[in-house]
Amino acid sequence: MVIGMKTIRASIIGFGAVGQGVAEVLLRKNEYLKNIGLDITVVAVADSRSAAIDPDGVDLAKVLSHKRTEGTVGSEKLTGLEIIKNIDHELVIETTPTDINAGGVGLPNMLAAFEHGRDVVTSNKGPLALKYRELAEIAKENGSNFKFEATVGGAMPIINLTRDILAGNEILSIEGIFNGTCNYILTRMMEEHASYEQMLAESQELGIAETDPTYDVEGIDAASKLVILANSIFDIDATYKDVDVTGITKITPESLMLAQDDGYVIKLIGEVKKDLIRVGPRLVPVGHPLAVGGTLNVASVQTDLAGTVTITGRGAGSIETASAIISDVISIYRT
Amino acid sequence: MRISMDVELKDIPGQLILALNPISELKGNLISVVHHHEKRTPRGTIPVQLVFEIDHEKLNTIISRFEDSGVEVIRSGEERFLEHGAIIMIGHIIHTDIQDTMDKIDSTGFAEVVDLSLSMPRIDKPSSALLKIDAVGKKEMNDAMSLLKTVAKEKDLLVIEPIETELM
Ligand SMILES: NC(=O)c1ccc[n+]([C@@H]2O[C@H](COP(=O)([O-])OP(=O)(O)OC[C@H]3O[C@@H](n4cnc5c(N)ncnc54)[C@H](OP(=O)(O)O)[C@@H]3O)[C@@H](O)[C@H]2O)c1
Repeated sequence: MVIGMKTIRASIIGFGAVGQGVAEVLLRKNEYLKNIGLDITVVAVADSRSAAIDPDGVDLAKVLSHKRTEGTVGSEKLTGLEIIKNIDHELVIETTPTDINAGGVGLPNMLAAFEHGRDVVTSNKGPLALKYRELAEIAKENGSNFKFEATVGGAMPIINLTRDILAGNEILSIEGIFNGTCNYILTRMMEEHASYEQMLAESQELGIAETDPTYDVEGIDAASKLVILANSIFDIDATYKDVDVTGITKITPESLMLAQDDGYVIKLIGEVKKDLIRVGPRLVPVGHPLAVGGTLNVASVQTDLAGTVTITGRGAGSIETASAIISDVISIYRT
Repeated sequence: MRISMDVELKDIPGQLILALNPISELKGNLISVVHHHEKRTPRGTIPVQLVFEIDHEKLNTIISRFEDSGVEVIRSGEERFLEHGAIIMIGHIIHTDIQDTMDKIDSTGFAEVVDLSLSMPRIDKPSSALLKIDAVGKKEMNDAMSLLKTVAKEKDLLVIEPIETELM
């Protein structure tokens, strides 16, 4: 053991694409973490049906292969909520499915974590889009850290950029592309002069769009992310219902051609500033920093001192999203 | 005819009224006033941009009234639209009377539809249109866009407007 090494006991609740990505990154970056004085010991992992538990640290490689071969993480029957309530640890990594209507299991999980004084790092948008205020307050009352970079823009570090790196600036507005699925469909419709239905089918085949794509293509996902930005950066007490949302299902290939002839692309743009949160298709000049293609996400931050700062990156993916989670974890415990 | 005029006012109170009065007295129709109160010319005067509609034969009267009251006319000419914008509409554009939609913009006096490209794949399918709009200034362009959005909403058309930020 290195002098000054800090041991953090963590649970991973939800072991799908993101939860597994986190496990892989923890394995891959074990050495790196030790070098900066952090020993992240995962004491429990849960999916919807099973759990793996070991107070001395579960073997993540074994849990990963168990999940891949058996479909479960282990043989214990504890639920995620029971783990959060009953097993001693400092950090809950919450990566269960997003439920935008009721908050899903994520909401009680996060509340329980705070009530037990644990820190939470999450990629789960649902609870934040519904109850940001409540969660932030309970976290504060209990002295818990609450970080959620992965909920907005995947690997693209928009929250920590605006809150930490641009500290001192007033953030006037944020505008960008916050849904990679919509960006992919619109980009391909333009390239192929194809209909929305055709390119939706293609993205479903490639695993870019879900079987039920409603959440992405109707702009709901982008709207949830804007709500998180509105609350965490603009201090606006907004929920999902306050967003003016239009999706991409009505976009025609002809409209994309007309736009192109006039020097524009059409993108699903999310915009947040004081008094305004909206998502809808917009014309973006070709060559403009927001005119990124494929599944990329992008965000432009307008500030009073730094002017406009634009970042782009991968908005989804197992390892990419785990990157945002790991960076949140490190920022909490690094001294 | 529509006139755009740059005038300069002395930096003392009441000067803007001197410039606006002759226009209404001669039954002109004031469309916009851009009054840069914080700006000063090297001569210490305040530059103001006026846009108004007036009968052709009354223009000279207005100019001489201005000069009599110490409002200096720097430039006067038929109005040029300074802002150019584009907007896309998708839906049953023809059925919902595109002419009426465009007339609503043109009748504002400060903006007009200068070009329309229409693409109709099939009669029962939604069509797409790109409208180019010229407006007197930025504010007027925003007003024209809002008006179009209101009209489009009534007609159940999807409107795709340009992003606001002009970066780079
Ligand atoms: N995928 C991305 O690129 C990405 C990017 C940014 C944010 N996110 C967000 O991150 C979260 C996870 O996404 P994902 O792609 O990893 O989803 P996923 O692949 O569907 O995984 C969800 C995991 O949660 C588990 N789960 C469901 N109910 C549970 C419960 N009651 N208790 C404990 N675990 C439960 C599932 O169990 P089973 O394995 O037993 O079904 C599964 O392991 C979501 O909120 C998503 O919106 C994802």
